[in-house]
Amino acid sequence: MAVKGVSLSVKQGQIITLIGANGSGKSTLLESVCGLLPDWKGEITFQGTPLKGLDPPAVVRQGISLVPEGRLVFAPISVLDNLKLGAYTMYRKRRHAEVSQTLEKILDLFPILRQRAKQPAGTLSGGEQQMLAIGRALMSHPKLLLLDEPSMGLAPLIVEKIFHTLEMLRNDGITILLVEQNAQAALQIADFGYVFETGNVVLQGPATELLADQEVKRAYLGKDYGEFYDDNR
Amino acid sequence: MIINSQNTRNRIAYAVFLLVIVVSGYFLENLYYLQLLTFIGINTLLALALNMLMGYAGQISLGHAAFYGIGAYGTAILTVHCHFSPWLALPAAIAVAMAVAYIVGIPTLKLSGYYLGMGTLGFGMIIHILFREWSSITGGASGFIGIPPLELGPVSFASGRNYFFLVWGCVLISFIACQRIIDSRIGRALRAIHDGENAAAAVGVNTRALKLQVFVLSAAISALAGFLYAHLVFFISPGTFSFIASIRMVTMVVIGGMASVWGALLGASLLTLLPEWLHAFSEFEMVVYGLILMLVMIFLPRGLFRGLLDIYERTLKKNTH
Repeated sequence: MAVKGVSLSVKQGQIITLIGANGSGKSTLLESVCGLLPDWKGEITFQGTPLKGLDPPAVVRQGISLVPEGRLVFAPISVLDNLKLGAYTMYRKRRHAEVSQTLEKILDLFPILRQRAKQPAGTLSGGEQQMLAIGRALMSHPKLLLLDEPSMGLAPLIVEKIFHTLEMLRNDGITILLVEQNAQAALQIADFGYVFETGNVVLQGPATELLADQEVKRAYLGKDYGEFYDDNR
Repeated sequence: MIINSQNTRNRIAYAVFLLVIVVSGYFLENLYYLQLLTFIGINTLLALALNMLMGYAGQISLGHAAFYGIGAYGTAILTVHCHFSPWLALPAAIAVAMAVAYIVGIPTLKLSGYYLGMGTLGFGMIIHILFREWSSITGGASGFIGIPPLELGPVSFASGRNYFFLVWGCVLISFIACQRIIDSRIGRALRAIHDGENAAAAVGVNTRALKLQVFVLSAAISALAGFLYAHLVFFISPGTFSFIASIRMVTMVVIGGMASVWGALLGASLLTLLPEWLHAFSEFEMVVYGLILMLVMIFLPRGLFRGLLDIYERTLKKNTH
């Protein structure tokens, strides 16, 4: 089973990144936080509230939103309805005015989604779908945004754009936990990082330090031993 | 606004629908056609019920005839054996169907795909056997005779015309109720469950509760159809609520078009009318019937409603160019 012994903390108002290769248990960890995987041992607390035993809707109500791996937008449903689904828990409390206000804000944040509002989400490009997935997650006014490999399968230029949006969201006061394989891009915007290997945190520190760290460079920043030794001469 | 234009379109559609019902109800003189249309109405209710579950929420049921049967046998037993007024038997029969759906739904809806199909199939068979074998109450295989006609004060529904209006009134109300659910956040959530249950849960949809609720709603509409059927024909037998009936309901949904209330209407109409039209082919009737269903699926894989809409839009585009 994925993940064994992990201990990490996410500070308010920061971008925290979790770097690791395939199969290191990053996604499993996020799914446990969100209540999608109910069966785990240990302790997860959010602003002092234990999340153990909460089902996904309850976790969303706590102020935690997940942008799932592979985006998972609802393909046959229109972009607008996808966004409205993100506010599912808000509609329940009849906060309609607030929802339409948030909707406008998100359509301003991602103007392309406004153009595509009536299209089925499945017809969008990968980058647009990622923006939609982020927009949908923002609809519930999260305090903490969890992103599972948002850069997957996207062109570098699009990744840059999306990561820039994440910085803007952080500056607006949203805390972000960013799970990534693209260590270079993630560490550039993050405040703090954890390196994850087969269920354990093997390295942690401020993002700038990790960017300079030789071990990280070797394993995750796409430098082979040759370059690595060249750098250190 | 996008939402408003869609609302007006819906409103126009319902106004036209109401007009067609009223006009055909008043001006059709032929009792055979009136009765045929009444059957279409009952089948439309069934297709609508299953469409809510299958077309929107994506949960297949191969045993839905059970709820149809519970509605029919429920009112038969209550009116004949217990001397209830049919109008009291109606809510009672619907309540029984809903309770059964709730109890059966809790374990069954944890399944998905083929396994859910198998589970509901088994449930449908159990209920069918119950109708057939519990002869002291249901009349067994020879059927249940003597179901009373419906009356409401001075209005008798024994005549074909009044019954036509009763059934299509129920269809119209069910359509509007279902459309309202579909257009609300619940409808969006149902379609989200259809597309991906985990992703739906991740945005905060309580998938288990919602699947159960739509299953119960679907059972209630099916039971209403069963009630209308029983008081129309006065005689019911277990064969009407067999496995084949469940499959016919699924076919109506698929042929008409998933996730569309109008698809339910088209599917029910086609599957009720086809056997009548195909009498001319005598022994080849079933062959032609099967062939037509195959052709619809090959050329209009998204069902009649979407398919015809696509063709209409395409010709519209061609004409403007």
